[in-house]
Amino acid sequence: MISFDNVAKRYPNGREALAGVTFTIQPGEFVFLTGRSGAGKSSVLKLIALLERPTRGTVTVGGQDTARLRAGKIPAYRRAIGVVFQDHKLLLDRPIYDNVALPLVVAGTPLKEVDRRVRAALDQVGLLGRERSSPTELSVGEQQRVGIARAVISKPQLLIADEPTGNLDPGLSVEIMRVFKRFQEVGVTVVIASHDPHIVEQFGQREIVLDAGRLADDRLHASAASRMTAHAPRLADLPNIDLRT
Amino acid sequence: MSGAVSSYGTRHLQALFGAAGRLVRSPLATFLTLIVIGVALALPTGLAIVVNNLRVATGDLSNAVDFTVHFKIGTPIERVQQIAKGARERTGVESVTVTTADQALEEFKQASGFGDALAALKDNPLPHHLTVKPSPNASGPSEVESLRRYFTAFPEVEIVQLDLDWVRRLHSLLDVLRRSLWVVIAVLGLGVLAVIGNTIRLEIQQRRPEIEVTKLVGGSNAFVRRPFLYTGLFYGLGGALFAALIVLGGLAYLDEAIRNLAAQYGGGFRLVGLDARGLGLLTGVGAVLGWFGALISTGRHLRRIEPRA
Repeated sequence: MISFDNVAKRYPNGREALAGVTFTIQPGEFVFLTGRSGAGKSSVLKLIALLERPTRGTVTVGGQDTARLRAGKIPAYRRAIGVVFQDHKLLLDRPIYDNVALPLVVAGTPLKEVDRRVRAALDQVGLLGRERSSPTELSVGEQQRVGIARAVISKPQLLIADEPTGNLDPGLSVEIMRVFKRFQEVGVTVVIASHDPHIVEQFGQREIVLDAGRLADDRLHASAASRMTAHAPRLADLPNIDLRT
Repeated sequence: MSGAVSSYGTRHLQALFGAAGRLVRSPLATFLTLIVIGVALALPTGLAIVVNNLRVATGDLSNAVDFTVHFKIGTPIERVQQIAKGARERTGVESVTVTTADQALEEFKQASGFGDALAALKDNPLPHHLTVKPSPNASGPSEVESLRRYFTAFPEVEIVQLDLDWVRRLHSLLDVLRRSLWVVIAVLGLGVLAVIGNTIRLEIQQRRPEIEVTKLVGGSNAFVRRPFLYTGLFYGLGGALFAALIVLGGLAYLDEAIRNLAAQYGGGFRLVGLDARGLGLLTGVGAVLGWFGALISTGRHLRRIEPRA
């Protein structure tokens, strides 16, 4: 569970990104964070990923008050969260295999297991067979899928994404969102920051709306949710990666 | 447990080979850095070899503090032998040699060339004497002075012949050389630390995006630091081997000239070079300096790099 309790965030340059935001996200939810540019969406994700600390209030993730987490514990905390960025943050001088394997390598996973899970994750995002390619040889959409594969390879309980479809055309955006949806359907909590109303309308079940650092709305998209459920692949159709084990 | 150990070892091997691979992929930069470290390590190594060779060239310098104890004329040889035996049992005494008055006269006859004139003497004017050699670890001025007082206290002893000023000068000279060596080692050791630290700093800056991503996916500081430590280790080891090559090359170049010089003085002196122990010490010091330089640099710079979204 993710809980924001009256959270404020002011950056060193004086900009107040969040001003007393309170909400809770239950395990297994699929949530969109929306709002205009500068509304505070990215700050929420940064606070969840512990890339920033709150100026005021409490951020609790999985029962852990992030402000009380000591520096030495942050790597283990981050290993439990999958993060996807708009700019992918791939290592361009390394093949796709190495990029996807990185979270497992830093966790000290045995090499055989790394190999098995990298292939499974690439299969999951439709890139199996491209392990040795360089990220620069891939399209933007494919690079985003590599980023997703890297984010999910550690089998995180929480997947967060900052504008994952920001640079993609509508077709690719839908394709990427379907990948996220598949992970939510096997129990992963997914939190996506997006300013694309069409995507939110099509895939959103719950939408937390931010405006100038404040919570403007927190709503459910019932019709979109039912439509999504109708189009979603059945669990049995998912590729051969078991995220729960 | 064994799986965890194996995984830990695998990660170290990956970091080690990764660091080696990066050095090999930038041969020119690596070579130039190794030259700088090699020269910095070669200077104190060369000085240490010079000091060692000076010791050899001047003979065992501890001989310089040997002294002679002359007995009064008429002292029975048995008493001299007794005093010599007692002295041999003292700590700080390596050897005591007894020379009787007759032996001394015979030696003098042969050495002086006045054999016939000396044969005309009615009595032997020379006394019995002892040649005392302090042990190397007790050849300092204070220890030698203590020995001198010990012998002077015997009423049978006429004079203890010892040039303590020379001993003091000798020890001062050795002290200056030893201290100079340590100063050079300290200064150039700091230089090596600075070179390696700065090289690692530049590499950290160059690889900043990779470090950020690694930390972002949960890489600990220890994980990020590891390849840089191996890089420092390789620089230190490689620099030490370069230093050994420089020193050995220099010695090979000087060897013949020094042998010729020694031959003109009637000596058979040969340069003492870098033996296996010296080479081991040099590479060990190089490796430690490399590792430590990298540790300082990574400790200072890696903490400042935090992932940004």
